[in-house]
Amino acid sequence: MTIKGKAYIAGIYEHPTRHAPDKSTAQLHAEVAKGAIEDAGISKDDVDGYFCAGDAPGGAWPMVDYLGLNTKKLRHVDSTETGGCSYIIHLGHAAEAIAAGKCSIALITLAGKPRTGAMPPRAAGAELDFESAYGATTHNAYGMCAMRHMHDYGTTSEQLAWIKVAASHHAQYNPHAMLKDVVTVEDVLNSPMISDPLHRMDCCVVSDGGGALIVTTPEIAKSLKKPLVKLIGHGEAMKGPRGGKDLDLTYSAGVWSGPRAFEEAGITPKDIKYASIYDSFTITVLMQLEDLGFCKKGEGGKFVADGNLISGVGKLPFNTDGGGLCSNHPVNRGGMTKLIEAVRQLRGEAHPKVQVKNCDLAIAHGTGGLLGVRHAASTAILERV
Amino acid sequence: MSEVKKYPAPVTNPETTAFWDAAKQGKFMIKRCTACGEAHYFPRSICPFCYSDKTVWEEASGEGTIYTYSLMRKSPTGPYAIGYVTLKEGPSVQTNFVDCDLEKLKIGQKVKVVFKPTDGAPLPFFTPA
Repeated sequence: MTIKGKAYIAGIYEHPTRHAPDKSTAQLHAEVAKGAIEDAGISKDDVDGYFCAGDAPGGAWPMVDYLGLNTKKLRHVDSTETGGCSYIIHLGHAAEAIAAGKCSIALITLAGKPRTGAMPPRAAGAELDFESAYGATTHNAYGMCAMRHMHDYGTTSEQLAWIKVAASHHAQYNPHAMLKDVVTVEDVLNSPMISDPLHRMDCCVVSDGGGALIVTTPEIAKSLKKPLVKLIGHGEAMKGPRGGKDLDLTYSAGVWSGPRAFEEAGITPKDIKYASIYDSFTITVLMQLEDLGFCKKGEGGKFVADGNLISGVGKLPFNTDGGGLCSNHPVNRGGMTKLIEAVRQLRGEAHPKVQVKNCDLAIAHGTGGLLGVRHAASTAILERV
Repeated sequence: MSEVKKYPAPVTNPETTAFWDAAKQGKFMIKRCTACGEAHYFPRSICPFCYSDKTVWEEASGEGTIYTYSLMRKSPTGPYAIGYVTLKEGPSVQTNFVDCDLEKLKIGQKVKVVFKPTDGAPLPFFTPA
């Protein structure tokens, strides 16, 4: 049993806003749902599967009601919550549901406004009393990973800076990007230290916004007017300190989700033409590239240096929308926009300056939670038909 | 600044009460499984490695080395250093480093446990040995 080729992404929509003081979170969900439904060329009343995560106000049933979905038809819901990679996991789960005949047109939404509203609260885990006092934020949790990666493998701040430089080269062509200026390695190194060894420019932006996907059967996708993009491999995994045994913060759960996805797809990292890699921080990208097999563990620094991630320049064009480092990071959850830019690349709808030629195979990979504490990861491999 | 910083009191629960009671006596406890022999932290009733329920409390030496750290410079309560310490007994634990020059922390550095008061049970932190 496999989901290879059983589901197609037929609709995508990324909210253009990065700052939404005059909108509600539910409203943003509705706006991205409408956008993806219209992009696919279907009716909202055709949707029979709905997927959302912890950013959806009240969870699945209030959202289904608010969005006015057709409850006579809706027969599959999934509110799997794995932070920023929730939507990549949703894509895999939607494909499973479609393959099993549980739904035929799935809607996945993400939206929120960390800049102009409150972030949704997260229930405490069993670790509460043993960790909450120590102030793990995103910055220092990823800082701990970077510090150990530098210690074990000699990775440098200059190498990490190249990831931001590449993202900025792409963001200059995205009219919606929050940070459009091209930056240099020196700019990154001269930006203030936030949490050692990460500088301000090693960190992603904070933005309001959101995005949505329509996932459907091969038959329905072929009846619509959009270029065909199918899911051919998917993986998910989780990692944590697990009682503190053999702690190793230099790799992520991508070491498990990646190979699962590549095996299902029947391809290798060398076949990938474009990569959407979650970029909450520069170190996030570097570790995931290693974990997914684009280079050996510890050689990520060399791999990303000298513009190797810049479209048209390097070997592995990444995050051609500018990614979380420059464009947006809706609700501090980057998985959705990773999928959307990968679909744009496969459709040939990326900005001409960053569009990868003959882009037929792409990967979208993300993590959720804190890489330095406990997290989830998910990998999707997509093919243009 | 860690001396003036206010830390939250542990909520505690039936599974971990013994840890916090021991902390009040200045003891840093870990759990060890008598079935597989592995120690773990934070404490659980069921061993996370072999799923035996034969886990017992053990007073740890409180000594270890810094596995990694990050000095958070942008914080409303002032800079602080989060990190992991690999205990002599094996498990790595998340903590903050206190009562020292945070600029001089190093991976591999020897550290020891020190408790800081809260409105409830004291919390374990680490400082250079």
